[in-house]
Amino acid sequence: MHDSHSPSEPHTWLDRHGDALYRYALLRVREPATAEDLVQETLLAALRTHSRFAGESSERTWLIAILKNKIIDHFRHHAREAPLPESGDPDALVDGLFMKSSDHWLNFPTAWQNPDTALENTRFWQVFAECMQGLPARQAQAFALTELEGLDTDNLCKALGVTASNAWVLLHRARLRLRECLDQRWFNAGKESR
Amino acid sequence: MMLSCKEVSVLLSRACDARLSWRERLAVRLHLLYCAGCVQLQRQLGFLRRVGRHLREEAPGAMRLPDPARERIRRQLRQKP
Repeated sequence: MHDSHSPSEPHTWLDRHGDALYRYALLRVREPATAEDLVQETLLAALRTHSRFAGESSERTWLIAILKNKIIDHFRHHAREAPLPESGDPDALVDGLFMKSSDHWLNFPTAWQNPDTALENTRFWQVFAECMQGLPARQAQAFALTELEGLDTDNLCKALGVTASNAWVLLHRARLRLRECLDQRWFNAGKESR
Repeated sequence: MMLSCKEVSVLLSRACDARLSWRERLAVRLHLLYCAGCVQLQRQLGFLRRVGRHLREEAPGAMRLPDPARERIRRQLRQKP
């Protein structure tokens, strides 16, 4: 990371922070074209306001903060345009994790060995990004806004335009799908018995 | 009050976002006494939370902004004074 306490020349931002901004956006909005647009909007906004950058945070942190707002605006806009709460429909993949007769696990979740070491592994982040890509759109938005942006349920509901119970259904499904995906593709990858 | 694993998974997820009632907490706790699978789920939900925290300020990984987009953005930035 290239920290500095005054903003460097704006023409260097794209090369120094472009990839990080793109990854940050892509994990949240998932569509490459949207992520690219958000990076562009962020840098343009930064260019307009950089005289106000006071230098109490690093340049990267400052740019990410602008991007965060752009992403939340994007979700709000999206929620208004396409209010499609998938939460009313069943989620076959999540339902399929449980036995039809009893609603107990079909395959009991097994332990993950030293999961936190994965946080330091670049390949793990690639797998995580791919698991996020595999989520239905609304579930991914709910998960990103809650766990990545730290929104509470009230603010999540406002951003997505859904009720709290809808939001919890989306989060439950997102978490179980991500758990399953990480289990199969990372923590228990290559093991038999599934 | 015997809950199924599916019901417990719903409550464990909601517990990440809101406070459960004492009844719900009790029922979950009882279930976790005899269900190793749901104990793992609870741990793994905690891990997902740490993953999210990790991603709040940074974006680890090797993925790069595609070159065509980079050039397009570069041109846009140049047009602005």
